[in-house]
Amino acid sequence: MKTAVILLPGLNRDRDMIAAITHISGEPPVTVWQTDTTIPDVDLIIVPGGFSYGDYLRCGAIAARMPFMKALKEKAAQGVKVIGVCNGFQILLEAGLLPGALMRNASLKFVCREVELEVSNASTAFTSGYSQGQIIRCPVAHHDGNYFVDDATLKTLQDDNRIAFRYANGTNPNGSIDNIAGILNAEGNVLGMMPHPENLIEHAHGGVDGRALFESALGLVAA
Amino acid sequence: MIKARVIVTLKNGVLDPQGKAIEGALSALSFSGVDQVRQGKVFDIAVEHDDKAKAEADINAMCEKLLANTVIEDYKVELV
Repeated sequence: MKTAVILLPGLNRDRDMIAAITHISGEPPVTVWQTDTTIPDVDLIIVPGGFSYGDYLRCGAIAARMPFMKALKEKAAQGVKVIGVCNGFQILLEAGLLPGALMRNASLKFVCREVELEVSNASTAFTSGYSQGQIIRCPVAHHDGNYFVDDATLKTLQDDNRIAFRYANGTNPNGSIDNIAGILNAEGNVLGMMPHPENLIEHAHGGVDGRALFESALGLVAA
Repeated sequence: MIKARVIVTLKNGVLDPQGKAIEGALSALSFSGVDQVRQGKVFDIAVEHDDKAKAEADINAMCEKLLANTVIEDYKVELV
């Protein structure tokens, strides 16, 4: 399985993501610069976290209009798996690959802490390494993670099992509607999530709860 | 040269945590009777030509494609 990691000015979690993919798959990902108009043949494309373009205008708004996005949309339409983490999630929303928007945290504070996530759907390409309803630990670090979507779309997400992760046990750090931490597109090959699973993949991190997400996406989970 | 002002505001029903904080600060400054504050954005745009219809159409397209996130925001274009 080959992976590509998108690079944009202002991202700061790209190296963590590259390290996580290298560690888990045994192969370093290819990197794609924002102005590249093609993405190599890969099985998984990741948009990492950070503060692309300094969060100017709206988080992810400028990044979502850069040339790489056209290629990413084509790959996603072909069924290539895509993960957006944190700013990457914001970018996928701004690009229209996922529904809804991420607003300023309800507390107005930047949150940098560990939360608990419920695996709300373990039957996805990204969560098959977890069990349904499993509670995992995961770090968050963001200022604009307050997921908002209109009522009709929320109902669609709920009815179609497109909510992959929810903040669990009262740990919602940002006021997200329905405790939503991560969602899927209708086809199930695009995942966006605010928490950082790439920062909990080896024992040196103090836990490995994020590992199964990448193992699932990379096809390393025994069926 | 045509100048336009674009005003982007949050849609009704979308929570505005920053507006809420401003409300709190106004009340801390002893301004009474403030029912609600909603924060928005203003863009002043100058275009090179004098074709009003084209300017209005272009700026509306700019709003749809970039300046506003129509999931959560409304926009208004005023030629000035």
